[in-house]
Amino acid sequence: MDETKKIDLKNTEVRELNRMLQKRDGNNFNYFNIINPMGAHAIATGLDNEIDVLIDGHVGYYCAGMNQQSIVTINGNAGVGVAENMMSGKVVVKGDASQSAGATGHGGLLVINGNASARCGISMKGIDIVVGGSVGHNSAFMAQAGNLVICGDAEDGLGDSIYETVIYIKGNYGKLGADCIEKEMNEKHFLRLEKLLDKANIKDDPKKFKRLGSARKLYNFDVKNIDGY
Amino acid sequence: MRKNSNGRESYLFDRATIADIQKAASDGIYKIRGFGAKRKVPHFDDLVFLGASVSRYPLEGYRETCGANVDLGTRFAEKPLSIDIPITIAGMSFGSLSANAKEALGRGASSVGTSTTTGDGGMTKEERGHSTKLVYQYLPSRYGMNPDDLRKADAIEVVIGQGAKPGGGGMLLGQKISDRVADMRTLPKDIDQRSACRHPDWTGPDDLEIKIRELREITGWKVPIYVKVGATRTYYDTLLAVKSGADVIVVDGMQGGTGATQECFIEHVGIPTLPAVRMAAEALKELGMHREGVQLIVSGGIRSGADVAKAIALGADAVSIGTAALIALGDNNPDLEEEYNKLGTTAGFYDEWQAGDDPAGITTQDEKLAARLDPKKGGEKLANYLKVLTLEAQTLARACGKSHIRNLEPEDLNALTLEASAMAKVPLAGTDWIPGK
Ligand SMILES: Cc1cc2nc3c(=O)[nH]c(=O)nc-3n(C[C@H](O)[C@H](O)[C@H](O)COP(=O)(O)O)c2cc1C
Repeated sequence: MDETKKIDLKNTEVRELNRMLQKRDGNNFNYFNIINPMGAHAIATGLDNEIDVLIDGHVGYYCAGMNQQSIVTINGNAGVGVAENMMSGKVVVKGDASQSAGATGHGGLLVINGNASARCGISMKGIDIVVGGSVGHNSAFMAQAGNLVICGDAEDGLGDSIYETVIYIKGNYGKLGADCIEKEMNEKHFLRLEKLLDKANIKDDPKKFKRLGSARKLYNFDVKNIDGY
Repeated sequence: MRKNSNGRESYLFDRATIADIQKAASDGIYKIRGFGAKRKVPHFDDLVFLGASVSRYPLEGYRETCGANVDLGTRFAEKPLSIDIPITIAGMSFGSLSANAKEALGRGASSVGTSTTTGDGGMTKEERGHSTKLVYQYLPSRYGMNPDDLRKADAIEVVIGQGAKPGGGGMLLGQKISDRVADMRTLPKDIDQRSACRHPDWTGPDDLEIKIRELREITGWKVPIYVKVGATRTYYDTLLAVKSGADVIVVDGMQGGTGATQECFIEHVGIPTLPAVRMAAEALKELGMHREGVQLIVSGGIRSGADVAKAIALGADAVSIGTAALIALGDNNPDLEEEYNKLGTTAGFYDEWQAGDDPAGITTQDEKLAARLDPKKGGEKLANYLKVLTLEAQTLARACGKSHIRNLEPEDLNALTLEASAMAKVPLAGTDWIPGK
């Protein structure tokens, strides 16, 4: 259905909202507009169908958690763990995001137009994350797969104990985390980054970015690397 | 031996300690192994039941029924998990265990009406297929975590800690990372894989409450949510987990088994199961939720029906087993003595569950070794063992005059040692004295 279903969280419980968005009530709307989210937690979690959800206002923890297929846009800031463990689909935060944005995400695209706080992309497992601004400390901690694009700067500990995630960063980074190193950018990487920026609808010049990834020195325990653990 | 030597082995520097020092000096790495704590700590053996007497009458062993079923998750879940016996199979990951071992656990548990639990590494089709009641663990690593499997689970267990290593993360050494395990965990093959010790997107009880709510939203408030902790500050952990909205609390004592952990962790962190049960039950009683509202599952060194009955008498609703279940499947079987010898060990001592070369085909990803374990036969053995545990617990409950195992209470117990008396808060046998009371 092309009509947009408007839901006011001033007079609807999150439990009822998610029932609708997960189609457990059998509705056939494709477009939803949520107003007055007022920082509520777990808004639009567990979605698993191709719907478009526009949230006008700020959301609390775990908005769009474990998202599958849906496109969720937050016209505001997001609390801890936005799009945590996302599998597919797209989540866009127009404002800033708190800690652990996109944590453990397996797939899909998370776009944060503002800044992201600490541990952005922690333990990410295949998701692509594009941050228009800067990220806090220990971002991409133990990141396993997927791409993290940072158009601003990163605080200390970026990519600590990173596995196979690729980080692209335009600005400055503090002290890199254990086993994370800068690597060369070749044509292939410029192209990949261009695609990621395109997908995220963020205009920037791939040529200005650096690439970071794992030195793969901590993959097998060796007492000589004890300082790295 | 020289004449002036008394030939005595040092208590502090005994042969095993000397060997440990020599190994650390040559390898430069700490000792990692499977199994649980091996040293003696106060345990259920230090308690005895007060059978019926002049003032209490027993139930007739072969005539009068003694119930054993348990409903788990009656607090918030639309569909509580009902099990027929008060013994469940603890979370053990595919990765640490072979797919055949997981299948055998599922077959055995299902045939006696109880549940199994996934582990670090996600849900396999073998275990979902062969477990009629399956608990899905939600761990810090989130390996293989996805909403589809989450919705297939009959309960969710948020793992905060494990008795063998409260405060520690997981590890799976490269030898055990097969293509399938690597793929499920989204990791390169052959690496020494560490699992985080802390959840990536929450810390503390206030966050946990929000996390539990999120999991309920994703699963439509249908299934129970357990919270598993290693036994340390068990009284407070129980209070906080209940406050955070848990349906079931799982407490794992320091003796609890592990697939692979540093030995210093296994032997030196956490408190024994014995005081932990009592502390968790005290917290639930204080909240008015003991035996109604929130259920308590206890694990860590459960071997016999007597252990089951004692844990329940001290306040558990059910127990959970890991090590004993693997032994029932065939771990440490003397028939494999020759092969254990080749590995430099002997049946009864084998604890190299991290190494991946388990002759019994249980703690391995080697296809040839894994094929040795017949999941059907393994399942039958496990089912037999679970039946024996249940019968033993029922026998003891009847002797105490109880028509259901859950009616056992601390009042039915005495302690044989001062330590056990103080920890379990039951009187020292022959006295009405409890240290500290
Ligand atoms: C081989 C093996 C693997 C285990 N893997 C996990 C795991 O993935 N997650 C977890 O919470 N506990 C794990 N445990 C701990 C068990 O869930 C349980 O707490 C413990 O085995 C109970 O103590 P018991 O072995 O004395 O019965 C594992 C234990 C073993 C023996």
